Amino acid sequence: MRIELQINGEAHEADVWEGESLLFALREQLGFPGSKNACEQGECGSCSVLLDGTLVCSCLVLAAQAEGHEVVTVEGLADDGRLHKVQEAFVAAGAVQCGFCTPGLVVAAADLLKRNVYPSDDDIREALSGNLCRCTGYAKIFDAVRMAAAAL
Amino acid sequence: MDVLTPRSLEEALRLKAERPDAVPIQGGTDVMVELNFDRARPAVLLNLNEVAELRGWSQADGKVWLGAGLTYSEAMEPKLAEALPALAEASRTVGGPQIRNRGTIGGNLGTASPAGDALPPLLVCGAEVKLASVLGERVVSLEEFLVGPKRNVLAEDELILGVTVDTGDESRQTFMKVGPRNAMVIAVVSLAVRVDGDLRAAFGSAGPVSKLVRAELADADSFPQRVAEAASPIDDVRGTASYRRHALRILTKRALDRCLV
Amino acid sequence: MSETASPKLELGRVGDSTPRIDGVPKVTGEFAYSSDLQAAGMLWGHTVRSPHAHARIVSIDISEAVGMPGVHAVLTHEDVPGEKRYGLEFADQPVLAYERVRYYGEPVALVAAEHPEQARRAAGRIRVEYEPLEPVVDPERATEQDPLHPDRPTMSHGYRDDPRPNVVRSLLIRHGDPEADGEVTVSGVYEVGIQDQAFLGPESGLAVPDGEGGVDVYVATQWLHVDRDQVAPCLNLKPEQVRIHLAGVGGAFGGREDLSMQLHGALLALHTDRPVKIVYNREESFVGHIHRHPAKIWAEHRSTRDGKLVNVRVRILLDGGAYASSSTAVTSNAASFAVGPYAVDNALIESTCVYTNNPPCGAMRGFGAVQVCFAHEAQMDKLAEALDIDPIELRLLNALGPGGSLPTGQKITGTLPVADVIRRAAELDIPEQEELPRDPMRLPGGSGNTTRGEGVRRGVGFAVGFKNIGYSEGFDDYTAARVRLDADGSAEVHCAAAEVGQGVANVILQVARTELGSSDVVLAPHTTATVDSAGSASASRMTWMAAGAVRDACRAALEERQQNGGKAVDVERIYRHPRTTPLDPETGQITGERAHVAYACAAMRVVAEVDVELGLTRVVWIGTAQDVGKAVNPQAVTGQIEGGTAQGLGLALMEEIQTRDGLITNASFTDYLIPTTLDMPPVVSVLIEEAEPDAPYGVKGVGEPPTVVSTAAVVAALRAATGRELTRVPVKPDDIVGL
Ligand SMILES: Cc1cc2nc3c(=O)[nH]c(=O)nc-3n(C[C@H](O)[C@H](O)[C@H](O)COP(=O)(O)OP(=O)(O)OC[C@H]3O[C@@H](n4cnc5c(N)ncnc54)[C@H](O)[C@@H]3O)c2cc1C
Ligand code: FES
Ligand code: FES
Repeated sequence: MRIELQINGEAHEADVWEGESLLFALREQLGFPGSKNACEQGECGSCSVLLDGTLVCSCLVLAAQAEGHEVVTVEGLADDGRLHKVQEAFVAAGAVQCGFCTPGLVVAAADLLKRNVYPSDDDIREALSGNLCRCTGYAKIFDAVRMAAAAL
Repeated sequence: MDVLTPRSLEEALRLKAERPDAVPIQGGTDVMVELNFDRARPAVLLNLNEVAELRGWSQADGKVWLGAGLTYSEAMEPKLAEALPALAEASRTVGGPQIRNRGTIGGNLGTASPAGDALPPLLVCGAEVKLASVLGERVVSLEEFLVGPKRNVLAEDELILGVTVDTGDESRQTFMKVGPRNAMVIAVVSLAVRVDGDLRAAFGSAGPVSKLVRAELADADSFPQRVAEAASPIDDVRGTASYRRHALRILTKRALDRCLV
Repeated sequence: MSETASPKLELGRVGDSTPRIDGVPKVTGEFAYSSDLQAAGMLWGHTVRSPHAHARIVSIDISEAVGMPGVHAVLTHEDVPGEKRYGLEFADQPVLAYERVRYYGEPVALVAAEHPEQARRAAGRIRVEYEPLEPVVDPERATEQDPLHPDRPTMSHGYRDDPRPNVVRSLLIRHGDPEADGEVTVSGVYEVGIQDQAFLGPESGLAVPDGEGGVDVYVATQWLHVDRDQVAPCLNLKPEQVRIHLAGVGGAFGGREDLSMQLHGALLALHTDRPVKIVYNREESFVGHIHRHPAKIWAEHRSTRDGKLVNVRVRILLDGGAYASSSTAVTSNAASFAVGPYAVDNALIESTCVYTNNPPCGAMRGFGAVQVCFAHEAQMDKLAEALDIDPIELRLLNALGPGGSLPTGQKITGTLPVADVIRRAAELDIPEQEELPRDPMRLPGGSGNTTRGEGVRRGVGFAVGFKNIGYSEGFDDYTAARVRLDADGSAEVHCAAAEVGQGVANVILQVARTELGSSDVVLAPHTTATVDSAGSASASRMTWMAAGAVRDACRAALEERQQNGGKAVDVERIYRHPRTTPLDPETGQITGERAHVAYACAAMRVVAEVDVELGLTRVVWIGTAQDVGKAVNPQAVTGQIEGGTAQGLGLALMEEIQTRDGLITNASFTDYLIPTTLDMPPVVSVLIEEAEPDAPYGVKGVGEPPTVVSTAAVVAALRAATGRELTRVPVKPDDIVGL
């Protein structure tokens, strides 16, 4: 079936199989492989995107449900070639190792900072509790979010 | 496979009547896992995302109406949390933020898992489920609605519209959930308790369905034991029957301590 | 793809916390992981797997599948043109099962189709008739049951010849007088469940036929050349016809040492003459790689009344699962480090690994040392209690150090600051207990809202452990690096060292910048096509080995350029660490100067709060001191420590692959749980830099010691909080409650 949607502010369309997730469509059909496919069961958050401004796991959205809606992916965070503060902070804080969790985490962290300018450490932990990272033990990810909050 | 996307409740009910094999999909947090792992290949998916009538909640005369499309994140918003604290606490234990933003009360009822976290808080608040088809609406109590593990009384041509719960006047409520890690767990065992003239507890993951247990205020001392005895837990990958029964006793005791002040 | 300006990279030399070279593409989503690859005309591969843990294959009928829509190939063992079996150390594993299947999820057939859904539908039409056989699932009985590999592929490799069925390897170390008596004896039996690496990037890759009978495979792996050397013979190709290229790796932790999709993708690509992509889903990933060996350990410690260890006797049983993988090395590692970093004159250590029909096991971070550390540290605490000595003092009293020796007779010739790490970790200030009331997120049970403080007790635990660096027992362990130095001073470095997230790309660049005195250095793609082997990104060896090889190649390039008057040069150098020799098969003693190259140790202190009524835990704080040799990139080193600690914490509290008759019952992230943001406390890391004499710049590997000690340290804290023995990990709520 054919779907039309906005991705990172631009109109896109694709032919998808009816049972396909938004994640698969983004990665394989629409040219946005930044969102990652770590579990496809909603447990890891590596596929996180904003759907009409709400943080969701794109692996759990049916591609057809995104028809007519707006999606922001990790590829859409940088502004005119300038990294988002969260992205900058992830690099500087050493919050990236293998980086497979990173696209989902930067989207989730950017979403947190949009809603909560001065997050406490507890706020950060809770807001990122749907994003698994197997490499870092999270410490430097928390550092990065604090760093980004201070910079924003 | 087909995807149908109705734009109104009327259209949704009509489509469901025409295609009784259509599987409704709201937040997709249960349905998509089935699809992604090749456990289900429904002939038709009925996408309810565009049906505005299923959204939102309202309050009147000590009753609260929760639309089937109400998300856990919405249930945690301060105004609704004040009316239904146990549901808000339960919602905070569901998945991570992404799941809470998408997963719905209606979906939890639709799945009817013994581990569904919305169910115990709804049970202690006397939830009544409103179902509809092109032929009309009917209301069943949540206890009647749940008939077995992942089984409910929803007919082929019906959709869940939402639930009505009574908030009570001076009701004190809490919800607790045990899992082997501190976030993102399916309940090993869970419990909602409400104290409001009498004692009510409902547990999850401790029997084929979430179940309500009631007692007089005066029987508070024996209530933990009664709740544990009402359960019929099993051993599975998440926990043992003996632990579940043990935990229910502890949880009920602690919940009463919270609510009986 | 969008153009993003990278932040200015500081000039990074050895010792600087230089930001990762791949940091920016990873935060923007541009970095290409193995699952992101695409090619024109690409097909999707799918693997049909065994639903049985042990069965005879009666027949395979592919006829229905072949004609399904979009399907281009359906392959079985009959389509494997070369060797039918492969393996990391012993070729005991079928490319595609024939005659019988030995584990749940074993590959049986392959499909290539235009859309993954078409491949799945066709896979469902392949009819495999199985005759179920009784699975060998109890490792304690495996040596009495029918052999799963009657040809005994791991025997006669210089190991002790153990005639019992299903023995992968058995090693006996007899040190001093193994019967020596002490004045005080403590004993215990310890068990470790099967842990999964659970890297986030699932197994995946793209195989592209080259049109001339050869194939290029882009894959996430830990050792490109050893993949090639396993793939080529099975395809009946020459090694140079198979080129393995490193695609972006989403974590590894040992789980990518063995082949996953490499051979299958190549088979399908060669068969269809089209590029073929294979991506495992999470469920498949649980059967797509080997796991950490589950273990049972019987330990007896004999000491003098004042706490000096006299004799340590340990029996270790490892369940290797259906195929050998690197089990023989894990067996010997477990034996070598069974006593822990303690000096003892007498020891008897028996370490046995068996074949079963359980999930195959092999390398995972810590490699045999994790299991024994859990046991020896529990024993040391038990001994301290029996002797009424402070457990830290007891450890200091027995601490191993330079000049001391292992039970294998090998002298510690390099650095090993065991006493130092113990003291430094013990000195760290632990946080005060936080007042109540608190948000439930900061209590045991976390978001579950199970306590407001009821039942909560606090405990402090301690553990120390160590592990070898580099490959041991006579393995020819080397790393190649090639440097092209242009006349203008710019340089390109080739090294096949797999960047798996650990940061070896930065190590290579930081070393090259240091040696060449220039920042105009780029790193060429990691591939088998342009440079010799780098060995494996494992055994805490890659930093040491890559640093050595790149250093040597840079120095040789500078020298050569000077000699030829400043013209461009292109040199390749091979670096080897000090040679090791095998252990004596009868006594387990060294046969030369060394069986291991070097060691790194760590000590860890853990504060935990436990809800003793519900059996739930919150780890509050972790402090650790680690022997790192020289920190090439301190930020990356602490990152390894924090991440390695999290994996050990996971094993202590929640991580276990569960099986029933060999079938995995929790192959999902819903039921195989790894720590979340609410499970990991802050980690305070003290880096102890004492240069290792044999290593370039004095470096030591840093990835494994934190994983080795953290399981033991976390459980020690739980024991302190609960007063229970807790002899099995992961610790279950039932164990804490005492059900
Ligand atoms: C990572 C993860 C974590 C989770 N954690 C929890 C947890 O902690 N606790 C918990 O309880 N659950 C959890 N779940 C399960 C799930 O999120 C909940 O059951 C959720 O309430 C489902 O809502 P949904 O809108 O996403 O349902 P969907 O997936 O859209 O639908 C679920 C079922 O309900 C039916 N349905 C939906 N709406 C209607 C309707 N209006 N009329 C008729 N039928 C309908 C569907 O056909 C389907 O059978 C988790 C899921 C994931 C993926
Ligand atoms: S891939 Fe979507 S949550 Fe893991
Ligand atoms: S950096 Fe590897 S999973 Fe987070």
